[in-house]
Amino acid sequence: MAAAPSRVGVPTWIFVPAVAGAVFVLLPLAAIVLRTPWGRFLDLLVSPASTEALLLSLRTSGTSTLLCILFGVPMAVVLARTSFRGQGILRSLVLLPLVLPPVVGGIALLYTFGRRGLLGEAFEVLGVQIAFSTTAVVLAQTFVALPFLVVSLEGSLRSAGQRYEVVAATLGASPTTVFRRVTLPLVLPGLVSGAVLAFARSLGEFGATITFAGSLQGVTRTLPLEIYLRRETDAQAAVALSLVLVMVAILVIGFARQGRTSL
Amino acid sequence: MRRRLSVAPAALALAVASGCAVGPGGGAAADDGAGTTLTVYAAASLTATFEQIGQEFEATHDGVEVTLSFAGSSDLAAQIQEGAPADVFASADEANMAKVADDGLAGAGPVAFASNTLEIAVPAGNPAGIEDLDDLTGDGVNLVVCAPEVPCGAATQEVAAAGGVALAPVSEERSVTDVLAKVTTGEADAGLVYVTDVAGAGAAVEGIELPESSSAVNVYPIAPVAGSTHADLAQEFVDLVLAETGQSLLRDAGFAPAP
Repeated sequence: MAAAPSRVGVPTWIFVPAVAGAVFVLLPLAAIVLRTPWGRFLDLLVSPASTEALLLSLRTSGTSTLLCILFGVPMAVVLARTSFRGQGILRSLVLLPLVLPPVVGGIALLYTFGRRGLLGEAFEVLGVQIAFSTTAVVLAQTFVALPFLVVSLEGSLRSAGQRYEVVAATLGASPTTVFRRVTLPLVLPGLVSGAVLAFARSLGEFGATITFAGSLQGVTRTLPLEIYLRRETDAQAAVALSLVLVMVAILVIGFARQGRTSL
Repeated sequence: MRRRLSVAPAALALAVASGCAVGPGGGAAADDGAGTTLTVYAAASLTATFEQIGQEFEATHDGVEVTLSFAGSSDLAAQIQEGAPADVFASADEANMAKVADDGLAGAGPVAFASNTLEIAVPAGNPAGIEDLDDLTGDGVNLVVCAPEVPCGAATQEVAAAGGVALAPVSEERSVTDVLAKVTTGEADAGLVYVTDVAGAGAAVEGIELPESSSAVNVYPIAPVAGSTHADLAQEFVDLVLAETGQSLLRDAGFAPAP
């Protein structure tokens, strides 16, 4: 890394709202830890309902992150490296799930892939039912997580600039070679942090899943849905499972930081 | 260092996107000085009926405004236990009222005011040709029910046991309204919901009566909340629900009388 720029001091008063903001974020996390029934913690974690929900969450989030990379990288490249009429509008529309309430996304997916949806009948003819399947969970997660990867990667592509790509091209590299050997390695940190964000968003996905996919143990009931249901009968169990999601989230962020500094 | 900045907009959006988590309204609207506000916490299935009863109450009580908060009974009970400023609590089952009563928060003692039973709901036209409980176990029938953890799911299990069938739902929802939504959109071929849900859903769904449902009758209790600052008004509201005015509105919505 280049020499750090000489520091300009920040005004002292700015620490007051900064600390208040940090406390606002950290206090609820502390509250969860304080309310966790530590005596039953392990028992709650190894119950079949919990482990199935956790494994389902990890499996679906992993799959949707792969789908996000598969479609998100080309989308980010097209948005960052080309220009065409209506590109600005297209970008805004593609990034819409970022600001859309997830439940609205769930309804939109329902009217697309549901049995009576836009594509539902076509799938029905093929004998494929998406509603109430694990596929529906992955679709819901991919829908809400994709923009995170696109935004993150497009930013990296723009700030990396095209200098090296231009040089490679003048040396005779084909566009595909430039993309593979120059562009991708250059923005790998951005891609990693984008993928981590997408994974985290998939892991937390709740609204679109419950609206679109339903809730059945081992099939569609991911950890957030399990927590929501468990609150009904056993608030302590819900807290314990919440703590698991918090820990997974901390691991994910830690991994992302690790990836960024080592790359 | 510039690269790190690129994450900022996404992280900010993450915060915005996840900010819409489930958050109960909680506090009642503040009194505007002149008027009095009576806050009624009622089970979600009572929405249409209690809105009408609330209007009746306001019409006969000058300067009193009735604020209604509708949610699942367990959510409402938890909010009242955590000190939410409710004056009246109407629950969709006795278990959640018992939670509130056990904490000494049910004022004059809960009174049953209505009951409800399960029915099969199918999308308009009944595409899967469902006729009775046995048909729900047919191959390729997308059945959606409440999860056993919630009252309507417990009732579903009792009804299935009474009918001697083993249900294999494609989804177990947390609330009866979620079950109904899956049926109205046609995603599910059938769902088990309350008679009143079918009555309130209009033309989008058809109801099929279940003889087995008499084995799981859901009783709705109501009570003024202890510590209410409007204890007299709260009791008057409870009385209105129990009087013919309230009872006829409940009947219209499909509720059966309290046992």
